[in-house]
Amino acid sequence: SPQPRTYVRGIHTVTLIPGDGIGPEISSAVMKIFEAAKAPIQWEERNVTAIKGPGGKWMIPPDAKESMDRNKIGLKGPLKTPIAAGHPSMNLLLRKTFDLYANVRPCVSIEGYKTPYTDVNLVTIRENTEGEYSGIEHVIVDGVVQSIKLITEQASQRIAEYAFEYARNNQRASVTAVHKANIMRMSDGLFLRKCREAAEKHKDVKFTEMYLDTVCLNMVQDPTQFDVLVMPNLYGDILSDLCAGLIGGLGVTPSGNIGANGVAIFESVHGTAPDIAGKDMANPTALLLSAVMMLRHMGLHGHAKKIEAACFDIIRDKKVLTKDLGGNSKCSEFTEAICQRVLDLD
Amino acid sequence: YTPPPARYGGRHTVTLIPGDGIGPELSKHVCELFRFCCVPVDFEVVNVDSTKDSEDDINNAIMAIRRNGVALKGNIETNHNLPPSYKSRNNLLRTHSGSVCQCDALPVSTRSEVTPDQHRHHHHQGEHRGRVQQPGARERTGSVECLKIITRTKSLRIADYALKPARAQGRRRVTACCKEVASGYPGITFDSMIVDNTTMQLVSRPQQFDVMVMPNLYGNVVSNVCAGLVGGPGLVPGANYGTDYAVFEAGTRNTGKSIANTNTANPTAMLLASCLLLDHLKLHAYASMLRRAILCTVTETRLHTADLGGHGSTSEVVRAIMSAVQSTGPRTLSI
Ligand SMILES: Nc1ncnc2c1ncn2[C@@H]1O[C@H](COP(=O)(O)OP(=O)(O)OP(=O)(O)O)[C@@H](O)[C@H]1O
Ligand SMILES: Nc1ncnc2c1ncn2[C@@H]1O[C@H](COP(=O)(O)OP(=O)(O)OP(=O)(O)O)[C@@H](O)[C@H]1O
Ligand SMILES: [Mg+2]
Ligand SMILES: [Mg+2]
Repeated sequence: SPQPRTYVRGIHTVTLIPGDGIGPEISSAVMKIFEAAKAPIQWEERNVTAIKGPGGKWMIPPDAKESMDRNKIGLKGPLKTPIAAGHPSMNLLLRKTFDLYANVRPCVSIEGYKTPYTDVNLVTIRENTEGEYSGIEHVIVDGVVQSIKLITEQASQRIAEYAFEYARNNQRASVTAVHKANIMRMSDGLFLRKCREAAEKHKDVKFTEMYLDTVCLNMVQDPTQFDVLVMPNLYGDILSDLCAGLIGGLGVTPSGNIGANGVAIFESVHGTAPDIAGKDMANPTALLLSAVMMLRHMGLHGHAKKIEAACFDIIRDKKVLTKDLGGNSKCSEFTEAICQRVLDLD
Repeated sequence: YTPPPARYGGRHTVTLIPGDGIGPELSKHVCELFRFCCVPVDFEVVNVDSTKDSEDDINNAIMAIRRNGVALKGNIETNHNLPPSYKSRNNLLRTHSGSVCQCDALPVSTRSEVTPDQHRHHHHQGEHRGRVQQPGARERTGSVECLKIITRTKSLRIADYALKPARAQGRRRVTACCKEVASGYPGITFDSMIVDNTTMQLVSRPQQFDVMVMPNLYGNVVSNVCAGLVGGPGLVPGANYGTDYAVFEAGTRNTGKSIANTNTANPTAMLLASCLLLDHLKLHAYASMLRRAILCTVTETRLHTADLGGHGSTSEVVRAIMSAVQSTGPRTLSI
């Protein structure tokens, strides 16, 4: 089960990785709102940069690793990956360090923030560790390169089971496996087989399977027909961004990376936005909604609901909005409005 | 390019693979319409039985395409529950001996005019997509590897392929993941975008794209997103161009088996694909006459099939297209 322990009583320590660029601003916005909502969370701030370990291997700083190992739960802002520095992306490093095998993105239409789509309410669950992103590539002869998509029984099984458990724990009715087994007969075939096996064990959740291209087609025509979608890495990468586009982009889409034994890191998936960093203009919604996801993951549903409602109320009111949401308020003003609303809800 | 030469009396022979699901009925309508409009094309029908394990049928089809150089096809169903050694017949056609069809283009003419009620999400100027890939796979216990192969020659060819018509049709922008060819085409903005970002941008602001070029799988994703944006699988035609052969089909390659033989499928995609075929044979006058009648039926007569929210049957739509052809006055047979 994804719930590690009961968090319902007492104060819980969570590792906070503020990140770069607008990261610190949006992190402090989240902390303020959590304080106003009296969420029983204590933050343990850690900076994360890639450092070279003893064997020349890239790793995250020991104090950050130690904090995550102890707390099991983390919240993280955007991290910059300097392209020239030669180390792997920080996100990849974190994913590897803590074996975060599932990327979960709930995409729910935000009332008051108009996009061409309404009533989107779905969750994409992406296998995070293998598939097309195995990183095994080589040149066969000059002008011909080959890239390997690796699918294992174990990883497919655990993502499939996670998807069904997630559906069950979050009162969702159906799971759709997204695949291309008509072309990639063996690799996607194996993935699909594991999904079917998991479906057998979760008869209370409806199971369907659909080709990736059909999902894309149907998704942009009528996204309301989808509920939970589970898929291999590359398809998940593409579909999760597509779905984020349906509800207004990465600025409002939360995300969580789930590992074994209850370890999880929740994050905003937008970039560091260096153009507006330090100007009090950033939109903290994505990180805030990720933090709400975190509360749900910890079983703190009451606080989650209150904070989410306050955030949605303020966006619906349209009086205090950051620039990217179509308003002209500062990040701090938007944050203040949500805090006020949280207090009003009490 | 030079299209395959016409044979006796200026008539062309084209391979027709009806395929499964709605393929056969739509093929029948194409034949009817061609006959009605006195199009100088004869079809050589080749059936491919998708339930048979043997690859004889598909080899026949490939041979027929080699012979005629041009084909029109419905989608052949792939049952993914069959053993992994069973290969997608559609894919065999596209990749066989590396030469049948290496790339794939999908022109969508200004859709805002085509389905004003359907595209609730902006309009979208048009796109071409290209794809290069030959997948293969091997299995070990508990884990499977699937290989993706990208070659320089094929990448250059497809990129060149995208840029040529872009210039010919006065398009402004080509979006892709490779940057090498663009230097030869001044006047066209060339940019690249990561595929996940692309799909996000497509659903929020599709107008920013014009011509897009990409590897095989991404093309599958992006073309379906685009087709969804402009009104669905029943509307968008597709074409596969190789160096020597060309195969035309519905853009999103659906089988539509759930609506087969109900006379409800939207024939537009298949009919527009046959227009692309006529253009390929340089029978431009026939192509534009048919295309005008098809678009007129969708936008002016507004006779729509169920997928567009209408009540028309497939044959009613085809008949309306025939009347539209007749009303413009060319020599036709009687309806
Ligand atoms: N949370 C946010 N609030 C407001 N604007 C944002 C936010 N996140 C991104 N943006 C804006 O979206 C655009 C792209 O942002 P993004 O962070 O992806 O830039 P980037 O240069 O790609 O950063 P990185 O190098 O970290 O990926 C920028 O104009 C940025 O200001
Ligand atoms: N030409 C068309 N006109 C109308 N609807 C179509 C057309 N082509 C495809 N569709 C619809 O698009 C959807 C996707 O088509 P697809 O071929 O993938 O499904 P299918 O073959 O019907 O199989 P299944 O019903 O098992 O999904 C189906 O609902 C189909 O009915
Ligand atoms: Mg992504
Ligand atoms: Mg398809």
